[in-house]
Order: sequence, then C-alpha cells, then structure tokens
Amino acid sequence: MTTSETDTQHPAPETGDAEAQAVSANDGGASSRPGDTSAADRGGRRGGAKALAKWGAGGAAVALLGLLPLLNLSLPGVLPGPTYTPGSLHLMAMCMLMAAAALSYHMLLGVAGLLSFGHALYFGAGVYGLAIILDNLDIPLLPAMGLTLLVVIVLAHVVGAVSLRVAGIPFAMVTLAFAEAGSVLVGRNPGGASGGEEGLALATDSLPDFLVGVVNTRNLYWLALVVLVLVFAIVTWVQYSRAGHVAAAVRENELRVRVIGLQPYLIKLLVFVVGGVLASLVGMVYLLLQSGAVPRSVSADFTITLLVMVVLGGVGSRWGAIVGGVFYTLLDQRLTSLANSDAIEGLPDFLRIPLSEPLFILGTLFILVVLFLPGGLTGAAGRLGRGRRARAGQTEKARAVLEDAA
Amino acid sequence: MTSHTTARPILDVAGLNARIGGQQVVEDVSFTVPASGITALLGRNGVGKTSTIKALIGLIDRTGRVELDGQRIDKDPTWKLIRRGVGYVPEDREVFGKLTVAENLRLAERDAHPRRELVEQLFPDLVKRSGQMAGTLSGGQQQMVSLARALLNDNKVLLIDEPTKGLAPKIVQEVAEALEQAAATVPILLVEQNLQVVRRLAGDAVVLSGGRVVHTGNALDFLDDEDLTRRLLGVHADAEQEAQEAEAPVAAGATAVSSSVAASSTQAAAPAPAAADPARKGAGL
Amino acid sequence: MSTVILLLVTGLGLGALYFLVASGLSLIYGLMGVLNFAHGSFLTVGAFAGWEVARRTGADSWFSFLVSILIGAAVGALFAAFTELVLIRRLYERHIEQVLITVGLSLATVALFEGIWGTDPVFIDGPAWFSQTTNLLGAQIPNDRFISIIAAALVLLGMVLFLKRTRYGMIIRAGVENRSMVTALGIDVRKAFTLVFTIGGAAAGLGGVLASHYFGYVSPLLGGSLLIFAFIVTVIGGLGSLTGAAVASVAVALLQQFANFYLFGTGDFVVVIALALVLLFRPSGLLGRKS
Repeated sequence: MTTSETDTQHPAPETGDAEAQAVSANDGGASSRPGDTSAADRGGRRGGAKALAKWGAGGAAVALLGLLPLLNLSLPGVLPGPTYTPGSLHLMAMCMLMAAAALSYHMLLGVAGLLSFGHALYFGAGVYGLAIILDNLDIPLLPAMGLTLLVVIVLAHVVGAVSLRVAGIPFAMVTLAFAEAGSVLVGRNPGGASGGEEGLALATDSLPDFLVGVVNTRNLYWLALVVLVLVFAIVTWVQYSRAGHVAAAVRENELRVRVIGLQPYLIKLLVFVVGGVLASLVGMVYLLLQSGAVPRSVSADFTITLLVMVVLGGVGSRWGAIVGGVFYTLLDQRLTSLANSDAIEGLPDFLRIPLSEPLFILGTLFILVVLFLPGGLTGAAGRLGRGRRARAGQTEKARAVLEDAA
Repeated sequence: MTSHTTARPILDVAGLNARIGGQQVVEDVSFTVPASGITALLGRNGVGKTSTIKALIGLIDRTGRVELDGQRIDKDPTWKLIRRGVGYVPEDREVFGKLTVAENLRLAERDAHPRRELVEQLFPDLVKRSGQMAGTLSGGQQQMVSLARALLNDNKVLLIDEPTKGLAPKIVQEVAEALEQAAATVPILLVEQNLQVVRRLAGDAVVLSGGRVVHTGNALDFLDDEDLTRRLLGVHADAEQEAQEAEAPVAAGATAVSSSVAASSTQAAAPAPAAADPARKGAGL
Repeated sequence: MSTVILLLVTGLGLGALYFLVASGLSLIYGLMGVLNFAHGSFLTVGAFAGWEVARRTGADSWFSFLVSILIGAAVGALFAAFTELVLIRRLYERHIEQVLITVGLSLATVALFEGIWGTDPVFIDGPAWFSQTTNLLGAQIPNDRFISIIAAALVLLGMVLFLKRTRYGMIIRAGVENRSMVTALGIDVRKAFTLVFTIGGAAAGLGGVLASHYFGYVSPLLGGSLLIFAFIVTVIGGLGSLTGAAVASVAVALLQQFANFYLFGTGDFVVVIALALVLLFRPSGLLGRKS
C-alpha cells in the first residue's frame, strides 16, 4: 500500500538509467527478497530464481562461517593463525560484531536517513549496562541481558524523542551531545559503578561456563555469528516492512509522507529505537568477547568508527555495512601490528610518524573514499563486476542517501 | 515588436532538461527570446516555469544548450553567467530580510557605474526606506527591491518570475508600468499568471505543460484562442467568466488567476494536456 | 560572595573559549551548511603551534606570548583555508559528504598530532603574571581568565565590524540568509566560503593558545573536548547566528561552572539538559532563524 503511494510520486522510468535509479532508491539492498513483491516487480527481469540462489548462497556462507572453528585454514597476513586458534577466532568474532554494529547504524543512516553522532551511546549502554548489572545483581546472564535491553529501550525513546525534534545537521549535533553526556558519565565513575577510565572487568560468576575463558573462544565466536545473522535478519525485516518503506519515503521527502497522512516522527523514532536496541545487543556480546567494558565503547570516537565503516563499505547497503565493518576491523588490526613492526621503526620521521598511527591512515583512507569512491567498497566492486545493475546503482544510491540525510 | 524572426534571439534555449530529486521537472525545453520586448512564459501551476528559469541560470542542475547573445552559458556556474548580463528576479522576491534596502541594492551592483538614478526614479519609495530592513517591507515594496536589484545593472536579458504574485491590484499596475519601462531598453522573459498583465506587456508567448514546451507564438493570438488557453492554462473554465473577461479586462485578469489556481487543484478532472505524461502529472512541484 | 565572583569570571573565561570555537562553527554552518568536525583540530594545531613558538622564544615573556597568539591564529587560519580549498570545495553543495570529510580529517589529524607530540598532555608556562591572581571584589581570580575574556571580546567586536561594515561581511550575512540568491546576483559565494573558514580557523587557533593557558596544558584531544561544547553552544544559540553563539557561550559556561560547584560536579549534564530543553521549546535555538 505504502509502496504504491510512493511509486506514484516517482516519474515513470523511461530509460534504463532511470530505472536503475528507481530500483536502487527503493530496494535497500543488493538483492530482491522473495515475497517482497514491490521490489521484485521493480527488479523485473532479475526474477525470483536469482533471489533464491542468493539466499542459498547466504545460507551456505553462514554454514561455512559456522564450521570455521572446526577447520584448520590459514589466511596469512589477515589472520594471526589457523582458523581454529583462539586468536583468529577472537579477531573473526570481532569482525562479525563490528559488522553487526555497522548494520545497526545502517538502520539509521541507510534506511531512515538519520545521521546520528550518538550511536555509541546504545552500544555502550549494552556494554556497560550488562557489565554493571552482572557486577551488582546476582542474576543469570539472560535476565541480565533482558534488563539491559529494557534500560536501552527507555533510553533510546527519551533521547530519540528529543533529538528528532530537529533534523539533518542539528540532529547530528544533538545526538552527539547526548552521547557525550553518557561518555562523561562513564568517565566520572559514579559510585564506582563504571570503573572510570580503567573500565570494568566482566564479572564471570553468574555466567555459564561455556562462555568463560580462552578455551571457549569458539563458543563466543558462534555467539557473535548468531548475533550478526540475527541483526541482519531484523534489519532486513524492518527495511522491507511497511515501516521501512515509509522511513525510506520520509528520507526522500518528508513533506510528501506528511501529506499522505502518516507520522514521520513516529516512524523515525521507531527506526531510531530499533537501531539503538540492536546496537546494545551487539554491545552485550562485545562485553562477553572482550571480558570487560572500556570507556571507548561509549565514546564519540566509536560512533565515528561506525560511520567510517558504513561509508567505507557503501552507504545505503546492508552488504556495504557488513563489508565495511569487517574491512575496518581487519585493517585496524593489521595497521596496529604494522605500527609496532621493525620495518616502520627504521623509517625517517616524516614517514614513521604517520605510518605508526593507524587512525591517521584510516582517516585518510576515509577521506579518499568519500572524495573518490562515493559508493564505498561495494560500489567500487560493483563497477568492476560490470553488468550487475543493482551494484552499479550503489554509487548513485549512496549519494542519494547522503543527500537525503542533509 | 513581434516581427523578430530575422534578428538573432538574445536567448536561445535548446533541449534543456532538469531534475530535482530524481524528478524530471524540465524536459527537452527549446525556445528563443527575441532581442527586444517581453516574452511571456506561460502554463498552469506546477508545469515547470520556475524550474525552467532556474535551470536557465544553473540554480538547479541542468543539461542542454543555452546561448546568451550567441554565447553558450550552460556550462557556466550561476554567478559567472549572471555577470555576462542576466538579471534575475525570482519568484517570491527573495530579498535579504536581515539586510537593509540599501544593502540589498549595493549587493546587487556589478557594474562600475550602476544605474542608481534610474532605480531611484522608478521606485522613489525605496530611497525613503533605504535604511529599513528589507524583511520589514510590504510585499509590494519587496518586489520593488527585487526588481531594482536587476535593473541596477546593464543586462542583456531579464528573467522575471511572477512579479505580481500576491500583490494588490494597484501595486500590480505599478509593477506592470515598471516592467514596461524596463522593456524599452532590455528584453525580458516573464513568467506571469495574471493574463491581463500578459496581454498588456507580452509580444511572444512560450507555453509549458508537464515540463515541455507545448506552444509558441504571438501572445495575443494565443490568449484569444479560447480553446487553446482552456486546454493549456486551465482558464475559461466558466463560460460566464469569459463573457465578463471580454467586457471588463482588468477584473478578468484577477479572475483568470484564481480560476487557474482552482483548475490546477482539480487537475485530475481536467482533460489531460496533449503532450503531458500522465505519470508525471501528479509530480508537479 | 567571593565564590560567586570567582565562578562568574571563570565561567566567562571558559565562555570566551567556547565562543572562539563556536563563532567559526556557527558562521561556517550558517553560510555553507557544513558541520565542521575538523574545527577542533584547527584549535589543537593552533595550540601546539603557539606552544612551539613560546618554548623557542622563552615561554615566560609577554613578547613570546603575543607571538604565540599570532602564530597560533595564523596556523589555524592556514589549516582551515587549506581544508576548505582542497577538501571541502570539490564537494560543493554536498553537505553530508562535506561533513564526512571533516570527520575523516579530524580522525587523521588527531592521530597525526598524537604521533608528533605524543598522547600525554604537555604542560605549559606563560608570563609569570598569568599564574598570579587579581583581587576582584574579594575574589582571587587567576589572571589568565582575563586574557581569554578580553581576547574573545576583541574577536567578537572585530567580527561584528567585519560583518557590518565590509562588502564581504555583507555577502556573508546575505549568504547565511539565502546562499543561492547571492550567486544569482552574480557573486561568487565560494570566496566567502574560504573566508569564513579562514576566519573561523583563526579564531579557533587563537582559542587554542588561550585554552592551553586556561587549562595549563596542550594535548591532541584539547580541540575535541572543547568542540563538543561548542556544538552545544551553536545549537542553543541558533545555528548561523554570531550573537547567538556569543550569548550561548557565556550562558553555557556559566551554567556549567555554577552547576559544577553547587550541584556536585554535574555541570556537563546540566548543559545537556539545557540543550534538551531548548530543543523541546525552541528547536531553532535562542537566536536562530525559523527554518
């Protein structure tokens, strides 16, 4: 229903180019989903068989990821050791969690066009909320997670309700200010609850045994995989639900949606809260994986990291968020070990100093991507693999999403 | 004034296209503006008149060919092509409300010797109010400021978008007089809903529908063709009003405006314009 | 009473620093629609430049302080102009991408500063007079507060005169109201863009040197921590309004100081709550235009 209303607002596609654009503007991801008739219609000749094949490939990929801890594969230069070793499992789990966190940020930016600079608040609320509850209350893990979610839902409603009174850049500033308040709160260490700058070690007493200790890293790896799949499923579901379509329409033209009698404010709030809840879920698993909470997880820096991931991967695309999250995490890890390597130590100052700062390289890379690869990595990959129209549209879509967020 | 066919046009537009947010608002528009007199750009509300003007000067992204006095200006950024001699009077005046009248005018001066005397003679009111914030002026006075900004410089052409919109009848006459005086020295492309003003001023008419040019020719001939104007402008919806229009031209101008507004709001019921794409009709701005 | 005076003057000093950052931010946003995350880096680079100059010319003399202020402002201005010309300009009218560029620049430069000057704060000295106090109505006020206040007042005065009295000032004021109409009058508004970046960078660079004396140290994170409050100030004051930025700078800093003293160190939260209240009741800010 909603889709057809937004469709009438679009000029009828005439040229192939226009059609590709119309498709990319409404079809949030690279794939058309079976059962989503509007996307399938607009995709036209792409057909259901191909979509099924895609979902099959996705399932196979998840199964393969699930098997990795049982296999002995080596990826020198990327992973520190064979895939079954705790070090590699930890890194891969971190990649998946960051991909999931980036997906939750994609909910805001890619689906609803909300440029939030305070997303770390919810991730951090998951991390610290669970850590503090486990530290202070004598309850098992699952109820503690439920309690944390409850807190985050309330928090996201309050902050969202206030922040969404403004849009565009002011929204960015306001979300940043709220997140900063959270960051300051954690740094102040009220009542010794957050551990201040030192952070808070995970209280393992009430945790199930299979999640504790280095030997159980692979269980945490599987948990991270489950979270990634879950977040992906929820983001996909929301994106293609009625609310998601309205959110996309709001992003493109809020007035139009208001004219047809829907409440853009409530839809945006819904997306904001769901994005926050997903981020906090990821944050809780992050806490388990890292065995502790650190102030960085609620800092503005972390929000910016998520933004960098999403933009690096390709704005407006779920796969872009995943690729960006994984790529960033791996690169950050590699650059950090490069910074400490002997090869860098021997260089003259003007090379050594920049190269020994991973964030300098990542920041520069980010600038270059924004300037020269507006569709991010997925957009660039799409251009290399010619003929795949959905991917080729990624660059235009990224531009359109960013324009809508202004 | 209408026998212009041999002289080179001051403005030559060929295949102009423009999009706003993915919507085609100007589609393959071609027309010329003769080197003297006033050419009216007509059409119902939302057919792309303002967008056409904005596309001409690059305020919205456009493709196509635009020549000013034989030189291409379609690759120039707005500020540069304006300096080549284009005066622009936007819809809704767009004066700088927090600047004084004098500052608004000073900002617009591009020539070494701006024609302050002409402006002072045309709009004596503005001299008296030169220290006043432009935002506190009445609509008519703001229109004077907006016109004055364009008339200060020596232009090759003026693009004037709905200068009489929302003004009292007496002010409409004053604006029309100012336009008539200006037209004696510089050609004008005029968007105007008040058909009485069009009758009084315009030599040629270019008519848009659905982002395309659907008619060009002599303005009076066009306005006299009931069938055509009903179809393309949506006026003459009521036969009795037509009769009144013939008898009392001044009042009819106002009627024509209001009936065209009414017609556009019930566009679905009106017969579809010949060249308009039905898919685009609801997408008017 | 003396506590109130001390809090007042200290708050004014802090407000002066906020203003030096917020004024540029607000002008840049007002004219160009760009939220400049790199503004903190303009401040930090100014602070480090000032410190490098001061320690080379004898940190405790007034002469070296004055030179450090000039160099700090100049370096901030140059860095800002470079940012606009090389990075921002090529994304003309693509506001979100411009914001992303400034985010990337902020990341990269803070990391670079950490590489060059280290992550730990560098403690600095100024002329001996700075560390002394002046008795004002019974309160012992650290002298460096006065320097910040005077400098910010001069910057405000200079900016107002520039905006009111010069042609470029007029273009900037007109551009804040309606950028496209300025170009439609035949004015290349991009020159004004470079200009506001340069002015904003100079004010931030100056603010950096003053902030390093106010807090007693320089660190790569100095700019970022002030930037957050400058954001809050510009939203509360009304984006694009210089007067709004000035009023809100003082209001926010005073609120923060008094809340920190009387409400158990809750200054930062009180400020965020004030921000929420302003947004709820006046989303366009105290002196902002209605959007």
